[in-house]
Amino acid sequence: MAGKQTPLYEVYAESNGKTIDFGGWDLPVQFSGIKQEHEAVRTKAGLFDVSHMGEIEVKGKGTLSFLQKVLTNNVLKAKNGACQYTAMCYEDGGTIDDLVLYKRADDNVLLVVNASNIEKDFKWLKEHATEDVEVVNVSEAYAQLSVQGPKAEEISQRLTNEDLSEITFFKFREGVSFAGKDVLVSRTGYTGEDGFEIYCKPEDAVHLWRSILEEGESDGLLPCGLGARDTLRFEAKLALYGQELSKDITPIEAGIGFAVKTDKEEDFIGKEVLKKQKEEGAPRKLSGLEMIDKGIPRTDYEVFKDGEKIGFVTTGTQSPTLKKNVGLAMIDSEHAELGNIVEVQVRKRRLKAEIVKTPFYKRG
Amino acid sequence: MDLPKDLKYSEEHEWVKEEGDKVRIGITDFAQSELGDIVFVELPEVGDELEADEPFGSVESVKTVSELYAPISGKVVEVNEELEDSPEFVNESPYEKAWMVIIEPSDKSEMDNLMDAAGYEEMTSED
Repeated sequence: MAGKQTPLYEVYAESNGKTIDFGGWDLPVQFSGIKQEHEAVRTKAGLFDVSHMGEIEVKGKGTLSFLQKVLTNNVLKAKNGACQYTAMCYEDGGTIDDLVLYKRADDNVLLVVNASNIEKDFKWLKEHATEDVEVVNVSEAYAQLSVQGPKAEEISQRLTNEDLSEITFFKFREGVSFAGKDVLVSRTGYTGEDGFEIYCKPEDAVHLWRSILEEGESDGLLPCGLGARDTLRFEAKLALYGQELSKDITPIEAGIGFAVKTDKEEDFIGKEVLKKQKEEGAPRKLSGLEMIDKGIPRTDYEVFKDGEKIGFVTTGTQSPTLKKNVGLAMIDSEHAELGNIVEVQVRKRRLKAEIVKTPFYKRG
Repeated sequence: MDLPKDLKYSEEHEWVKEEGDKVRIGITDFAQSELGDIVFVELPEVGDELEADEPFGSVESVKTVSELYAPISGKVVEVNEELEDSPEFVNESPYEKAWMVIIEPSDKSEMDNLMDAAGYEEMTSED
């Protein structure tokens, strides 16, 4: 059965894109190959179709006080034109979603949420909305392209008269003319590299995709799929909902405590549990694993110490940058100290691994 | 897609090459292309007994793990140790450098259950 398609579905074939089912979407897992695409983003540039991401608008005079109640970060600290990474939690501290907030004005905020959580997030926001806000799912109104890598700015700058150097990290600008189309540009991404995310009308996506590919070709820019997106974000220890984060994992456990401001004045959903975890330490900690024995840790593989289960792998692969078999794992805090030797159940065998520091990759 | 005529093929995308009373086994060009960049190959040891249609090892790409299924039963007499350090051979040379094991078949009539190149091509083009 065919899944949902983004406005860019028709152009994948032009670059030999191979599609897979991703949470009900037909999305490209790779074009030229995951390793090659990964390296292009680390050393040159890559272009991603991320149109499946959801967008939810919150408007009205109660916008900030409402968001202050349902989100973990301090929305009052976000200036107009700024993005803010934040989370939405249940009362027990479990994560509903992690998202990026785009602050347009005190009464107008755009929330960019994970594709697989759009309906759930929208329902939760509607349920908790006060009378002085309007919550609208505008996901269908936007397509999104992401240009990432050390050459992302240089390439993108050739397609617009806007001075992109003025859009600094986690800032955005709307009404930008880019390759002749009206877009929102933010200096954000999910790869650990510099880069931009470009939000456009669905009908403009194909033109933008082809323009960026053509403009970037001489710089070594490659079209990239979800496979490389996953290895890139994994090396940079950027959480993926459904793996590092879930309803059973708090943002503190997942290592995104920087997006949880338990000292903000207003109460927010989940505050009690999250504040306690921040102050006393969470029972589990997202930790890095490097295999000592030959093998690759994979999602959901169990982790043991002295025969006792102490955690599970959230994401693992052979790091294309480091060429090492590494993983992220949710480990009981008492066993999460660096240098601890543990065992990962890889199919029928228990293989030795060491707890190592993260992220695996940090931009130099 | 490269499909040598002198090989036999299994539904699980292994190829089998008869070499006297032994057979050499690997995975097909189609399989490596579907899997993408191979980064790890796990193989049995010399002396292990393989049973037809049962897993005998695995290949891992950046993204996933796939089991290797024995196309026929038999005893492992040689293993391609080079794949441990050079798993990329599976992508570069699936029929030559990336052979995986050589076995002594316990029942050669199991070869009759395998497809020829044309049959395998037909199967993969239906997917």
